[in-house]
Amino acid sequence: MRVSHHTVRACLPIGSDSDLAWVRQHVRRVAAESGFGLVQQTKLVTAASELARNTLIHGGGGHVEVTALEDGSAHGLRLSFVDTGPGIRDLDQAMTDGYTTGGGLGLGLSGARRLVHDLTVDTRPGQGTTVTIVVWATDMPRPRAEP
Amino acid sequence: MQVPEQDTVPESAARWVGEFLRRRQEQIAQRWADAELFRTVFTVSRDEAVEACKAVLDALSAVAAHGALENVAAPGFGPVRDQLGRMAGSRSRAGAGPARVADEVAALRGPATALLRGEFEDPSSEQAHECVLALTVLMGTLRLVVMETALGEGEQLIERQRQQLLEVATPVINLWHGIVAVPLIGTLDSARSQVVMENLLDAIVTQQARYAILDITGVPTVDSLVAQHLMKTVAAARLMGAECIVSGIRPAIAQTIVHLGIDLGTIPTRNSLADALAHVLRQQGIAVSAGAPVGAVPR
Repeated sequence: MRVSHHTVRACLPIGSDSDLAWVRQHVRRVAAESGFGLVQQTKLVTAASELARNTLIHGGGGHVEVTALEDGSAHGLRLSFVDTGPGIRDLDQAMTDGYTTGGGLGLGLSGARRLVHDLTVDTRPGQGTTVTIVVWATDMPRPRAEP
Repeated sequence: MQVPEQDTVPESAARWVGEFLRRRQEQIAQRWADAELFRTVFTVSRDEAVEACKAVLDALSAVAAHGALENVAAPGFGPVRDQLGRMAGSRSRAGAGPARVADEVAALRGPATALLRGEFEDPSSEQAHECVLALTVLMGTLRLVVMETALGEGEQLIERQRQQLLEVATPVINLWHGIVAVPLIGTLDSARSQVVMENLLDAIVTQQARYAILDITGVPTVDSLVAQHLMKTVAAARLMGAECIVSGIRPAIAQTIVHLGIDLGTIPTRNSLADALAHVLRQQGIAVSAGAPVGAVPR
């Protein structure tokens, strides 16, 4: 994918429940500013909420980096959730609907993937996990991002 | 700041500035009262502004006399901390950001420096330079003190608002005989959903409710955790013998729930609270019909 221009918009800490609320509010505002429709805003905020909670509960806290993307006339957002926790042992299992180690519904990671255009997971045992999602402000089909 | 911090100010210069601020208090206060910071805060009378300026000058003079020009925590600032905090708070309520307030404090330096230079026959002398430097450092410290108290005010405000948020109760409303509704608003985290569940279960008992409507119009984000809390609340209400209906599901939320993969199939849902109420009334066999308007005179 050719991304002609990108700027880091913000880096927010994820360390408590109130940080999660702040991440949701911030992502909603940035998405609205980037020209996202209401449905896409809601999807992105929900995905961000799931992933930020994973960062908090499974990763022991971390941060999210919000980057504005621009490709020609299209606007998008990239959100990277970074933690330095134990990492994900079995990624395929973690991506399966209904699998949970935290007592939730087990839909966080797998559900978030269905809410965004692209989701990549970079995890190393004992060193941490970075989950990156990309959403474009249009429902036009786009090529998947190269890893 | 144009003067590097490491420039050492001779103690004699600091003391001289302290003495100067005391001696020229009236003149400086008269000039400061017209500066934006004091003029915009003390709008009732100019005398009030002048008095406030004098109080600040007293503090600065005391700090300088002790030679602690760079000490933000100098006891000399003690008597005016409250006043400075109120002033910063008043400015921020008027829409002036921290940078603006900092600029307004910095703007006080000009008039004072001009007066100070006038004290010397030769303003380019070594001693004059040292005293200007001392005043500059002192005013820089004042700016830091104002910013510090302003931030303290901000933290207090946040703490008060946090307390207020906790007090935002989730009321259970009696809609009809045997029908209660809970309008959920804001973030439904674990602590709040616990409160909601307890309130609802209590109300089911006291109102002898057969039906409970959970309205999520005011919940901006329904993720898997919020959904889980909803399901648990519904399950608990069912155990108490009440049927639960979730209403206020907006189109964007509905699409998101589907994509997320949450199965709300076991919970009856309605688009709006009115729909939910109509549904429940029908279930109970209650018909609401439009009768003659109140006060209408039959012919």
